[in-house]
Amino acid sequence: MADMKKIATRDSYGNALAELGAEHEDLIVFDADLSGATKTSTFKKAFPNRHFNCGIAEGNMIAVAAGASTMGLVPFASSFAMFAAGRAFEQIRNSIGYPHLNVKIGATHGGISVGEDGASHQCCEDFALMRSIPGMVVLCPADDVEARAAVRAAYAHRGPVYLRFGRLALPVFHDESLIDSFRIGKGEVLRDGGDVAILATGLMTWEAIQAGEALAQKGISARVINLCTIKPLDEELVLRAARECGKVITCEEHSVIGGLGEAVAALLAEQQPTPLRRIGVNDEFGHSGPAGALLKQFGLSAEHIVAVAESMLK
Amino acid sequence: MTASELKDLRLTAVRVREGILTATHAAKCGHPGGSLSAADVFTWLYFKEMNIDPANPRWEERDRFVLSKGHTAPGLYSVLAARGFFPEEELTTLRAIGSRLQGHPNMNETPGVDMSTGSLGQGISAAAGMALAAKHTGKTVRVYALLGDGELEEGQVWEALMLSHHYGLDNLCVIVDNNGLQIDGRVTDVMNSYPIPDKLAAFGLHVEQVDGHDFQQLEAAFARAKETKGIPTAIVMKTTKGKGVSYMEDQAGWHGKAPNDAEYAQGMAELEALRKELEAM
Repeated sequence: MADMKKIATRDSYGNALAELGAEHEDLIVFDADLSGATKTSTFKKAFPNRHFNCGIAEGNMIAVAAGASTMGLVPFASSFAMFAAGRAFEQIRNSIGYPHLNVKIGATHGGISVGEDGASHQCCEDFALMRSIPGMVVLCPADDVEARAAVRAAYAHRGPVYLRFGRLALPVFHDESLIDSFRIGKGEVLRDGGDVAILATGLMTWEAIQAGEALAQKGISARVINLCTIKPLDEELVLRAARECGKVITCEEHSVIGGLGEAVAALLAEQQPTPLRRIGVNDEFGHSGPAGALLKQFGLSAEHIVAVAESMLK
Repeated sequence: MTASELKDLRLTAVRVREGILTATHAAKCGHPGGSLSAADVFTWLYFKEMNIDPANPRWEERDRFVLSKGHTAPGLYSVLAARGFFPEEELTTLRAIGSRLQGHPNMNETPGVDMSTGSLGQGISAAAGMALAAKHTGKTVRVYALLGDGELEEGQVWEALMLSHHYGLDNLCVIVDNNGLQIDGRVTDVMNSYPIPDKLAAFGLHVEQVDGHDFQQLEAAFARAKETKGIPTAIVMKTTKGKGVSYMEDQAGWHGKAPNDAEYAQGMAELEALRKELEAM
């Protein structure tokens, strides 16, 4: 696996914007002085007159994008997840969510894999914030192909979409065919199994795939499911996995509060009570360090998923 | 403008003020004070200034208006009804369950509302986004945003002004309703946002200062705004909060309180007297 191609989903975002920009005149991009890091600079290079830097003023950028969307344009507004979902939460809620405007929020640098910048920049609350807004679609792609597919689907979707991308280069495990088959709200079974269901999103999906393989070596049959769409949740797929496997583990680079784990927990509690373990960041802040070391330290790894699965099956 | 046009505008403004009282009285809540201080500029915008079509509220080439001070929705609703966007009788449904007239403007419910607002400081950004998009797509659309003087305390307002100047949004006209009062009292006591014209000029805007109850001054200022190229214009209007209803005038207490039956009757009688006076002119 070491020779797999690795790309950060933020790069995929910039590339997808540039590709889509060539196809759609009405696509415009806003950034808040982070275009080099969010990779909207890739779009800017191709379409300088459709890229608007708003300076370091995220709340304003979000509401400006809202206004622009009312004029028939399709804005993608970008910043780090912390400042897009976090700082501009109320602008997203009131100026985009409430009027249900056609704005896409491209948030990069989600989760603790931001690394050395430390806790101030490691957003583990964005799923919780964005999920709470009625009508908001929340996407967190797992690799380059899925990220590009998600950007296309977000453009095609009429209404607000929050997309979370990462800074860390991730193995590309999807086939290009996903670009056409990707659907908002649809999860993906990556490995079939009946002992335990592992539901993952974002960079945890690759960890879940590896955990599935390691568990197989130990004679445990794990069903690995990738949930790029955090909202609306693919309830049918989750309920079926819970029913058929009897045990569920959720995996996300997000607080265990308010994210995928809680979404699944709420669904199962109401419709299919099933033993559940949530793997994520446990109600604590991150800190500085290399991304890989941080992910290990916070239990966001295949090894930890395997350990949790084994403990559930004891 | 001719004397008869001026008289018509002043009579229309009386009608708009009556609608504000009627709506808030029926709702038993809402924000009459800042609606009344802006009643004249509402009238100017919707009856003279803006290129709009009440029969086609979503016409793409229309000028846009964003009520950044969204709590003064009764003023906007009243002028929209007077202009024919929806029946004036509907004003009495303000804030009621099932009404199209939400407590703060909702663009998806009320014909003629161009942006959902209510959280202060955000409307001006949306207006800037509209102006930017209009320029980008080569539309000749003009965009008007009405802000309160208390609203200027929101930092986002200045972020939006910075952006508007940076992108040379000369199709954007920012109107400040400087009635001097906010919920907790005088703007100068709560959080001094003065001197407003100097601050707007420092942010690179062309600034006009007018008496917000004088249609001739409004006409001249909006004309100069249109002539101003390369930078946005700000029109700072000195106004009286509660203008036109004696007991509400310059009283912070009438920011967000509805008239009771007796107060309503008195206010309507005062406006009726003003109408008679204007008609006799």
